[in-house]
Amino acid sequence: MEQVVFYLAGTVAVASALLAVSHRNPVVNVLSLIVTFFCVAVNFALLGADFLAGAQVLIYAGAILVLFLFVVMLLGAPTVPPEENPRPIQRVLGGFLAALVAAGGWFFFRSLRAGVTPPPEAGDTAHALGRLLVGPHLFAFELVSVVLLTALIGALVLVKRKH
Amino acid sequence: MWAEVAVAAFKLVVVASMLLTIVPVMTWVERRGAAFIQDRLGPNRVGPWGLLQPVADAVKLLFKEDVTPAHVSKGLYFLAPAVAVFVALSTFVVIPFAKAEGVTLFGVPLEGLIVAPDLQIGVLYLLALSSLSVYGIVLAGWASNNKYSLLGGLRSSAQLISYELAMTLAVLGVLLAAGDLQLSTVAEQQAKMWNAVPQALGFLVFLVAAFAETNRLPFDLAEAENELVAGYHVELSSMKFAAFMMSEYINMTTVSALAVTLYLGGWGLPGVNLPDGWLGLGLSLAIFMAKVGLLLWLFVWVRWSLPRFRYDQLMRLGWKGLIPLALLNLAWVSWGLTQGWW
Repeated sequence: MEQVVFYLAGTVAVASALLAVSHRNPVVNVLSLIVTFFCVAVNFALLGADFLAGAQVLIYAGAILVLFLFVVMLLGAPTVPPEENPRPIQRVLGGFLAALVAAGGWFFFRSLRAGVTPPPEAGDTAHALGRLLVGPHLFAFELVSVVLLTALIGALVLVKRKH
Repeated sequence: MWAEVAVAAFKLVVVASMLLTIVPVMTWVERRGAAFIQDRLGPNRVGPWGLLQPVADAVKLLFKEDVTPAHVSKGLYFLAPAVAVFVALSTFVVIPFAKAEGVTLFGVPLEGLIVAPDLQIGVLYLLALSSLSVYGIVLAGWASNNKYSLLGGLRSSAQLISYELAMTLAVLGVLLAAGDLQLSTVAEQQAKMWNAVPQALGFLVFLVAAFAETNRLPFDLAEAENELVAGYHVELSSMKFAAFMMSEYINMTTVSALAVTLYLGGWGLPGVNLPDGWLGLGLSLAIFMAKVGLLLWLFVWVRWSLPRFRYDQLMRLGWKGLIPLALLNLAWVSWGLTQGWW
């Protein structure tokens, strides 16, 4: 049962990720990215990380991509017409680099396979994550929030300058 | 094993049919309530007090011609109502709606009458799925390929993002007090005092945000019939339009049930010990439905009492009014917790 769900979610995730970068209509790109994130959340849930799955849907699929869609629709991004000059060298180079990354990933995960611990039973991951965040990883947690605050102030400054 | 599956399926069927039954009842309540508030009679020809009017409406919508305009983008135009109904129907499963101590079905305990009792993330699941509901409206708006629809969809996406923040911050106060994400714990923890008393501010923020999240007046900017015709569902007809209507009423019910569970003590009454067994189940279900019914009437009452907000007023209220209030409530709850008040 879990295997069926895993392969289904994995296939849909990869297919929609390909669609996200290849389709010529920006709205379809954003929508297929939502499907990808949703499938990633399904995989999180299969690994027993139900809190991560919930957060993934809530934050990425439910909030960030709504903003993406908002911007795309507001700017009325047109469908990109097929390229007149197909740039043959870049295509070959890009394909080669992508194949290199894929091969590297394949070997990396093959070397991992022996040492991977089985996923823990789905339990109270929210409490456990909370204790980790304000316990051993408090410094990193605070640092990330400072980075976010800086980005917030930066955006505010950029907008204010125009007035 | 099979008995457990049967019990889970039974709960699902009960919840889904309850939610789908509330839709026609609420359309009747809304039309009669509007008539009462505006000092007229409302639909009173079909059946006693017009009670069969929703049935007539449903039959009409089912048999109406399903017009697909030529200029829509087909796939998304069909997907949008489906997304809306899917999200509306799938969020209720984490809400405990009756006490079921000592009640067994096929030898399996009912576990606090909640469809998914083992889901540890509880309310987070509900918030995550309901955050997807915006796509139904946005996709309908965009796929219709119509200026009014697109404006409705755009407004709705900005509105839902803004009010989701306020709502989540208000819910955070309750979760902090309960110390758990599961709504059954939240409901049990209010046996002595409802959360609405110490967290009155959070309750207010939650209610206002709930109106905005369900696209109800005074926040139905996505429809706004006097400026956008009917906003995102201008181009939808027959059951596609009905799907959006259904999802609106189901979302109202779910958010009312969530408000009851988070702030008004769930299926219990303070200081009342309900008996175990089937009697307790019936009583607690009746209490829960009475509370939800009161909140649903509030939705109708407000709709026919308040005018619609302007868009800039809506944004100002969300960002400068509700979010600071929700943060204040969070600070107040944290202070109370350190002092051991509740």
